[in-house]
Amino acid sequence: MTGHEQTPDLLVSVRDLRFGYGSRMIYDGVDVDIRRGKVTAIMGPSGTGKTTLLRIIGGQWRPTGGTVLFDGADVHQQNRKALYRMRQRMGMLFQNGALLTDLTVFDNVAYPLREHTKLAEALIRDIVLMKLEAVGLRGARDLYPEELSGGMSRRVALARAIALDPDMVMYDEPFTGQDPISMGVLMRLIRSLNTSLGITSVVVSHDVEEVLSIADYAYIVAGGKVLDHGTPDQIRGSESALVRQFLEGRPDGPVPFHYKAPPLEQDLMGDAR
Amino acid sequence: MNGIRLVLTNFLSGLGRAQFFLLGVLSAIGPALLRPRIIVRQLYMIGVLSLVIIVISGMFIGMVLALQMANTLDRFGAEDAVGVIVALAVIRELGPVVTALLFAGRAGSALAAEIGLMRATDQLSAMEMMAVDPMRRVVAPRFIAGVISLPLLTAIFSVMAIGVAGGHLIAVDLLGGDTGTYWSQIHANVDLTDLRQCFIKSAVFGAVINWIAMYQGYHAPPTSEGVSTATTSTVVVSSLSILALDFVLTAFMFR
Ligand SMILES: Nc1ncnc2c1ncn2[C@@H]1O[C@H](COP(=O)(O)OP(=O)(O)OP(=O)(O)O)[C@@H](O)[C@H]1O
Ligand SMILES: [Mg+2]
Repeated sequence: MTGHEQTPDLLVSVRDLRFGYGSRMIYDGVDVDIRRGKVTAIMGPSGTGKTTLLRIIGGQWRPTGGTVLFDGADVHQQNRKALYRMRQRMGMLFQNGALLTDLTVFDNVAYPLREHTKLAEALIRDIVLMKLEAVGLRGARDLYPEELSGGMSRRVALARAIALDPDMVMYDEPFTGQDPISMGVLMRLIRSLNTSLGITSVVVSHDVEEVLSIADYAYIVAGGKVLDHGTPDQIRGSESALVRQFLEGRPDGPVPFHYKAPPLEQDLMGDAR
Repeated sequence: MNGIRLVLTNFLSGLGRAQFFLLGVLSAIGPALLRPRIIVRQLYMIGVLSLVIIVISGMFIGMVLALQMANTLDRFGAEDAVGVIVALAVIRELGPVVTALLFAGRAGSALAAEIGLMRATDQLSAMEMMAVDPMRRVVAPRFIAGVISLPLLTAIFSVMAIGVAGGHLIAVDLLGGDTGTYWSQIHANVDLTDLRQCFIKSAVFGAVINWIAMYQGYHAPPTSEGVSTATTSTVVVSSLSILALDFVLTAFMFR
């Protein structure tokens, strides 16, 4: 028994995922479903492994246990060619943008198009300008990544992630470093990519209210487990103490704010190390 | 005893990983050749930008060599041999070795730092997620450019050292030797084998330096310290490898 239900509306299904960096356990049996054409939010405290989850789905890390299906095929059983074909159908927005620093903004967005399509340069130009327009940076096309602010880099990276019109886009913290205006634009953009083009979206974010307002479904992960999942209303109304603590942003509660450490007094009073 | 074993195991497993990496690079060379523009850009970054240091060093090495030789050979009345000795020393040894050492310091370190930073800033991961193989687009083009550049730079170094400025300047222009003798002596005593061995050495050095630089950069921990360590070890490891390999190659060639 694999535990995968073969429902066609699941684009990604993660079952009993186990993963660790060295001996450090990050995931200890996690199930996540990403439904086609929906916006799925993944929330959780910093350092729980949200970025790691996206990298596992993208086939960059191999889990120690469990399976990840993308459109019915096991991501980690593909040969390289098939995996690369799969990745062309996934866009990923990296947390820090990860733009190629020796290319201009324009060339960064054009990069996947030039690599994977045989489109004429004039057509590529039109596509790139349209994608840049969508993130409000058409005027910045000739700048180099080092001339951009953090928020701008992330928006360029978003334009790059959607350049090939993928089936799914994974957004890692798209809202950090955005002012309220660009934040609003980005939220509407993610939502509209979803409604008008049917792109499946996975949004990792700490901005609970914002992400819940555009999500169809949400997961809260912490301590290697899924704490809760449901529609935004279900999440908001959750009785779970863990979820309440996360939503209300209190440092003390079932979810520890601190990385594992001995008590502060003991550390301060103890011998210098 | 245990310490030694640990160091040895680490060294061997590192060597194994580096060989595995080299296989990856070599198998990416074919696809990389389909994108000549990336290679041309790297030829500029790696080769053309190393020109100044190579030209100047070649001049000075040729000059110093000629001065030393002229002084000594004069005592035996053999000052006509200055050209030959400079030419043989440069073509057989100093040209390939010194050029490679300079290249490791100038281009090898830059390559390791560049690739290490690309790793640290997730650019390599981003390429992978865009279904672009960084081996083909980043590593292999630089490798190819390095292997092409070093023999060319060595040739330029040798020409500078023997002809244009170095040896010729001292032996002929400064010490009043005869140009005709200078060149005809060289012509009579340097044969094609010497040139071929010079070329083989520099091609091997080019491959080794680039292999080390790419490997160090590609596997650098994604931190500032990781990148700086990768840069330093590229220069140290490739300099030592060049000297050791030079000995081995020379021993084989003069068997
Ligand atoms: N390459 C790596 N090697 C070892 N440990 C790592 C590596 N990448 C991440 N980690 C560890 O794994 C944990 C999860 O990292 P991850 O980046 O997935 O967290 P995150 O949930 O995305 O956090 P944030 O919200 O701050 O971005 C972190 O505590 C980190 O220390
Ligand atoms: Mg993260």
